[in-house]
Amino acid sequence: MKHLKAIIASIALFAMFAGTSLQAKVEIQWWHAFGGRLGELLDEQVNKFNASQNKYTVVHTRKGNYSETLNAGIAAFRAGQHPNILMVFEVGTASLMAAKGAYVPMYQLMKDAGQSFNPKGFVSAVSGYYTTTDGKMLSMPYNSSTPVLWVNKDLMKKAGLDPEMDLSTWKRVGNALDAAKAKGIDMPFCTCWHSWVHLENFSAYHNIPFATKANGFAGLDTELAFNSPVHIKHIQTLGKWAQEGKFKYMGRRNEAGKNFRAGECMLMTESSAGYAGIKKEAKFEFGIRHLPYYGGTEAPQNTIIGGSSLWALSGKSKEENKATAAFLAFLSKTDIQAKWHQDTGYLGVTTAAAKKTKSSGFYKANPGTDLAGIQMMRNKVTQNSKGLRLGSFDQIRGIIDEEMEGVYNGSKTAQVALDNAVRRGNVLLRRFERANK
Amino acid sequence: MEKRVFFKGWWLPALLVAPQLLISFVFFFYPSGQAIWNSLFLPDPFGLKTEFVGLDNFRFLLSDPYYLASFKTTVIFSTAVSVSSMALGLYLAALADRLIKGAGVYQTLLIWPYAIAPAIAGVLWLFMFNGNIGLASYYLKALGYEWNHTLKGDQAMFLVILASSWGRISYNFLFFLAGLQAIPKSIIEAAAIDGASFWKRFGTIVIPLLSPITFFLLVVNIVYAFFDTFGVIHTITSGGPEQSTTILVYKVFSDGFVSQDLGSSAAQSVILLVLVGILTVIQFKYIERKVHY
Repeated sequence: MKHLKAIIASIALFAMFAGTSLQAKVEIQWWHAFGGRLGELLDEQVNKFNASQNKYTVVHTRKGNYSETLNAGIAAFRAGQHPNILMVFEVGTASLMAAKGAYVPMYQLMKDAGQSFNPKGFVSAVSGYYTTTDGKMLSMPYNSSTPVLWVNKDLMKKAGLDPEMDLSTWKRVGNALDAAKAKGIDMPFCTCWHSWVHLENFSAYHNIPFATKANGFAGLDTELAFNSPVHIKHIQTLGKWAQEGKFKYMGRRNEAGKNFRAGECMLMTESSAGYAGIKKEAKFEFGIRHLPYYGGTEAPQNTIIGGSSLWALSGKSKEENKATAAFLAFLSKTDIQAKWHQDTGYLGVTTAAAKKTKSSGFYKANPGTDLAGIQMMRNKVTQNSKGLRLGSFDQIRGIIDEEMEGVYNGSKTAQVALDNAVRRGNVLLRRFERANK
Repeated sequence: MEKRVFFKGWWLPALLVAPQLLISFVFFFYPSGQAIWNSLFLPDPFGLKTEFVGLDNFRFLLSDPYYLASFKTTVIFSTAVSVSSMALGLYLAALADRLIKGAGVYQTLLIWPYAIAPAIAGVLWLFMFNGNIGLASYYLKALGYEWNHTLKGDQAMFLVILASSWGRISYNFLFFLAGLQAIPKSIIEAAAIDGASFWKRFGTIVIPLLSPITFFLLVVNIVYAFFDTFGVIHTITSGGPEQSTTILVYKVFSDGFVSQDLGSSAAQSVILLVLVGILTVIQFKYIERKVHY
């Protein structure tokens, strides 16, 4: 009995000391949306930071997919239980920006913490998305990608096609799909992220507006504009391919990636960040190409990003904000960024990281991995190709997905579907404008 | 026949009903009041500012064709789930009631699916009908039937009805079996001696005697289809494609918690509250009259 008491006392004593030594460190929370391979790489970054100094500890938690993470963050904010850092995908950017008082702007956070921070070090096509019109950076770019065309070279050969053939335009892609269908290939074409690839990036790439007021950058009174003849032509083409069995619809997000990695799909449009998974799982020879376009238009302009940025939420102590600033500054270091870029297929978001990757010979050893970067930065950005800043955009994407499903299953023409999506989306934009006046 | 008990004084009856009143207040009146209050406002997602808009949220909803379509979806869905699960439950109960050997084993196996949470049931069915790896979709394809519930609304509807009814069959089975076993054997034997066939006996004796249980199950199943099928729909279709499986309660969730439009979501809750109230009144006023106790 005496013995037991001694053990308990020593445990209590130990716990007390352990407690005080932990308390000396400032702990901050980071909520994110990464599982699988990306989650492992993120965990590695956090561990590296925690080991690199002894003042701060970062604890990261996965809160589901992008939408779920954003919603968890918002709900927690309402309840006053929010994390220090929240990962917000590009679609949620406008919602955050409009919520003044919910976050500490990045430039402010860094200044208050005395961190040296150079927003100019970021690739402008990326940082522009998260910067106000008067040049203030509000959040820290974390992972950014852009859509490319993935090619299963083995299936191309099976279809009797030259795997290196020119696939730069949708017309050429159409010819390849015809040939594949004729040779009995079950899934010639598939795509992930329908709205992002085939309307949002499509608009930027063809230098036509997705929405008025510079795609929403110039004001909340923006209206959707993706029902132009060029848009309709493209969506109608996809619908026709779906009816003819050349394009198979697998789902709204990145479900089609599974079919591609399993070697079932010949051509797929998906984010450049599909690289990590494809490289790991594909048992066939694959290639990366630029996103196709239509001849006789202003294409190819440049594509825009998808991915997320990190927001420092407000209402935290000065000490914690300092920790947040230190961690975010750590993440933007060249070594960290270059490794992330090479491991994942996300773009190198700082110019230094892109340069370092190039000089290391990575692009030569892994052909095609530089295409995403080239595609984004090939031209001077126009107001149609800077990005999108639309409120309730996650919901609007849902509407677009719904209407496009109607085109794929043959119940609607592209004209009707896109007109519908524009009308329904505009209702939400007006509601957002009203709530954020 | 009614028994009435009279209390002297008021504090004892007040004390006895207090717990129930407290629970009703905490779990019903307070949240409902909040919903009604919030339905009059248009807040921003973060709760930083809010604007009084009167009945604008309701106007916005009732002019949305997808919201109106959601009523139709809900009616189709709840009718299909209630009718199919009750019919199958009754059929299986009638069979199990006649078993002589091994009744316990059959009964246990039939009740089993009820133990599975709706979300998990949803995932199970989703796996079977998954376009990439599903066994069911694989065999359907071999038979020449193209299965793709991510694109075809009728297939998606069929799948959520199937997954929602499945666990419910067990529940209905259990109650019907208890009901069948409570019917005095002597009545049925008397009818048999008089020369009534099985179906005659089933139609004129069993069904009327089961009517209290059938009525109870009807109410419970409709409430289930309205509210508890959320997990199934969320895991299988998330309300798609083209909102063809978005029932009213799912729309409350997706507008409120996915789209962060809390004003509209609150207004939908209020409409749902009124609707369920009306439905319950109808059920008790008109259908219950036909029930023999």
